[in-house]
Amino acid sequence: MEMCADPSTLDGINWWTCYLTTGKHQAFYASFGTVLLLLAITAPVVMVLGFGGAMARKSKILPLRWFGLAYTNIVRGVPDIIFFLFVPIAMDQGIEYLRHQIKCPDVLEPIRQGNDFVVCSIAKMPLSSSPQWIHEVYGFSLASIAFALVFGAFAANTLYGAMNAVPRAQLETAEAFGMSERQVFWRVQVKQMWLYALPGLSNLWMILIKATPLLFLLGVEDIVYWARELGGSKTSKFTYPHPDWRLYYFAFLMVFYLLMTWASEKVFNRITKRLSHGQATVGAGS
Amino acid sequence: MKKLIIAAALVAMTTSATAQTIRMGTEGAYPPYNFINDDGEVDGLERELGDVLCEIAGLDCVWVTNDWDSIIPNLVSGNYDTIIAGMSITDERDEVIDFTQEYVPADPSAYMALAGGDVDVDTGVIAAQTSTIQASYIASSGATVVEFASPDETVAAVRSGEVDAVLADRAFLADIVAESNGELVFIGEVNIGGGVGIGVRESDAELKAALNAAIEVVKADGRLNEMVKRWLDIDANY
Repeated sequence: MEMCADPSTLDGINWWTCYLTTGKHQAFYASFGTVLLLLAITAPVVMVLGFGGAMARKSKILPLRWFGLAYTNIVRGVPDIIFFLFVPIAMDQGIEYLRHQIKCPDVLEPIRQGNDFVVCSIAKMPLSSSPQWIHEVYGFSLASIAFALVFGAFAANTLYGAMNAVPRAQLETAEAFGMSERQVFWRVQVKQMWLYALPGLSNLWMILIKATPLLFLLGVEDIVYWARELGGSKTSKFTYPHPDWRLYYFAFLMVFYLLMTWASEKVFNRITKRLSHGQATVGAGS
Repeated sequence: MKKLIIAAALVAMTTSATAQTIRMGTEGAYPPYNFINDDGEVDGLERELGDVLCEIAGLDCVWVTNDWDSIIPNLVSGNYDTIIAGMSITDERDEVIDFTQEYVPADPSAYMALAGGDVDVDTGVIAAQTSTIQASYIASSGATVVEFASPDETVAAVRSGEVDAVLADRAFLADIVAESNGELVFIGEVNIGGGVGIGVRESDAELKAALNAAIEVVKADGRLNEMVKRWLDIDANY
């Protein structure tokens, strides 16, 4: 805006208008989109991984059962912060290693040189010369995968428990009607388990909403990063000097998180109601 | 002048014909060395200097920010190619990465505390940023060190009384003291650490040579002295 050309002459409403529309603030507003996008992408993948993990644990094939058990237990057992540091770096280096082998097999220097991880420049992912947004999308993708893997393991355990919570009598009745094993699973067990899974899944969703500051570990700038960056006290080296305003920025974040919680609660209540229809089990009366 | 010609020749030798893209890694939270300005861009002494060095060396430079804590691991794993973030050259860091020649001379670190307090910097509780020379100095001085992830938090801790004082580069604290209306004061100085250099991967000898040569140029023509004086108020005399 034109009037913002010389902020030191502004005061009152004009100062605020200019301050709240700086490039940095726009990045802050955009980061809300980043967080919502992460949730929108991760949540469905978490459900797929969770369902797959739960099915693997119930599988009749022993190695598959082992795999399901290993996935849920190892991932749940490793502290998030270590997982988030390790998985994306391992994936990134794995991808670059493969690209290095394919794209420049004639480079003889080792990839690991002391502390350094060096691949030829055309094997870099993304290329150093790629625009910054590609680097950001790539980092964001790695972050989404890491998030989905972690939360998928928790979802797998929840769904596994929910599948087992479906009363045995229901399954036996279905068998007595002559349904095959597969039909019993899909038509009776899976249909009914959602009600049991819902409290656990809603917990996971709430945790996922608030776990996004872990994104900054992976170089993705989320809302908490920007709130801290904008709220920190600014000297006159900055165009808009101000004292420590982190409290206000974090209060703003609190409003956002409370709104998200409120909206999620509404949605989950609705789903519970729907799923309880005609069920003489938990949740039906409430 | 002779120095200038040699340096220019070195630059010409080390620069390849095509402009290479170099990703410049910085913290973006340590004014006036580096910070994110209100437009959301990296700004400060290191931005200005870095852009000049890239121009001299014929490199195409892109700026990226990274948390201080993981700034070295991300350099060695290749997420960016340099660390230009007010990083003092120390033996400990030199074992993991390489440094160019210094572009800011060794400058005393300063203690800052609330005015009117009676703080003994050798026994008190002192804040410093994690993994800095100041943090390791305090740990060895007998005082209790409280580490924070970002520079801004160390200052906030002094203001809130959580710690007695903060130890940081004087240039970082200078504006904060000057604009605190007397609330904050310097209470002492200590000489630790060497000059500030650009960190590069140990395997990146070519880039190191190119940057070294470019730094030589700005040192010889006086541009670096002027920049360091203007941003940090330090007389560099290169």
